[in-house]
Amino acid sequence: MGLAKRIIPCLDVDAGRVVKGVNFVDIRDAGDPVEIAQRYNQEGADEITFLDITATHEGRDTTVNTVEKIASEVFIPLTVGGGIRTTDDIRLMLTAGADKVSINSAAIHNPEFVREAAERFGSQCIVVAIDAKRVDDVDGQPRYEIFTHGGRRPTGIDAVGWAKHMTELGAGEILLTSMDRDGTRDGFELGVTRAITDSVSIPVIASGGVGNLQHLVDGITQGGADAVLAASIFHFAEYSIGEAKRFMAEQGIEVRL
Amino acid sequence: MSELVAVIDYGMGNLHSVGSALEHVGAERVVVSADPAVIREADRVVFPGVGAMRDCMAEIRRLGFDALMTELIEDRPVLAICVGMQALLERSEENGGVDCLGLMAGDVRFFGDDLTDSAGRRLKVPHMGWSQVRQQMDHPLWAGIEQDARFYFVHSYCVAAKDRDAVAATCDYGREFDAVLAHDRLFAVQFHPEKSHATGLQLLTNFVNWIPSC
Repeated sequence: MGLAKRIIPCLDVDAGRVVKGVNFVDIRDAGDPVEIAQRYNQEGADEITFLDITATHEGRDTTVNTVEKIASEVFIPLTVGGGIRTTDDIRLMLTAGADKVSINSAAIHNPEFVREAAERFGSQCIVVAIDAKRVDDVDGQPRYEIFTHGGRRPTGIDAVGWAKHMTELGAGEILLTSMDRDGTRDGFELGVTRAITDSVSIPVIASGGVGNLQHLVDGITQGGADAVLAASIFHFAEYSIGEAKRFMAEQGIEVRL
Repeated sequence: MSELVAVIDYGMGNLHSVGSALEHVGAERVVVSADPAVIREADRVVFPGVGAMRDCMAEIRRLGFDALMTELIEDRPVLAICVGMQALLERSEENGGVDCLGLMAGDVRFFGDDLTDSAGRRLKVPHMGWSQVRQQMDHPLWAGIEQDARFYFVHSYCVAAKDRDAVAATCDYGREFDAVLAHDRLFAVQFHPEKSHATGLQLLTNFVNWIPSC
């Protein structure tokens, strides 16, 4: 027996409420983040990811408050992302009780920030989030590019190369979201997942597009992911984390039951 | 006076979780402190740690915690966690080689870049996630915890103890390593009990209630 594949429910939080957008636009209220985190904890989630999707200055105190409440009741790893731009932001979240922070656009603006953060706080708490979109070459070869601003703004950066570069700078984990799939419930974009998991030596979390339990299995068996992240299938109690784990175990995937 | 549990704070990592997990399992008073006078007053001590070994050892020495740890393990229960466990050994390969506290015989080694599982699949480093812990001795801290229960690990370096009688549990990740060491009043774990859900909380409960016989 080896390392269990992880299921990570994700809370997208706006102004203190869990929301879930389709392609980050159509936002739907799913409830109180502390209550939802407690439910996932009881159901056997392996970690929880908390993404502050507004990340305004005014919202920051609310976020810190919510993270503190979750961390004092939920004894599994907690990752916090959204608006992490400085080492002070990281310190604030770790002090509030986060175990890891997820860095997204700040890494694109200044890749050295990832190195600085890893050196200061340790690679184990630095997750680099990559939002990738498929932009095929003229000859039809699949290529994946990083997009910012909820998938609206291209950066010209190749997602696979970027994942390797972030690993070299000291990232401890990659959170890979397919912007083509996020919110669609069509399943993970397995091409980019496989391309990145095969290219880096650190764990990769697949995200974006989960609509059923088979999608979670595919992310691991076909995408090669070390962990799978999903939001809406769990928020509205369509499936419990326990059901997801039992399904995965039946398909031969090692999970923590 | 109710019992006091001190979490030693040497500036390395998230101590909020350790403190709140101890409170959650019923520790009467929990203090997170860098003050040797406060730590000496505690009935039990938790020695945590995350991050790079060179920085950890530099802070431990700067704050005089090397001498303090030697003193504490003589007369009260001490739980060392993650890098706190690794710091107890003689030497770590991390950061090009760092001398550690030498309170336990053995060293701390890198997992390796070419780690594979029994089926030949490449394993990622850090070892991050839930792995099974194989108990190698009876110990009061294993009360209520099943053989091969899963705990949450995050580390790139692992312990190889010289004194095999001190190995309370092992774990397999590409190679077998020492996941838990136990000697007299000292219990040292590579995983994070404060992040290991109900199983981790059971271990912390056992620690808070532990009355060493020696």
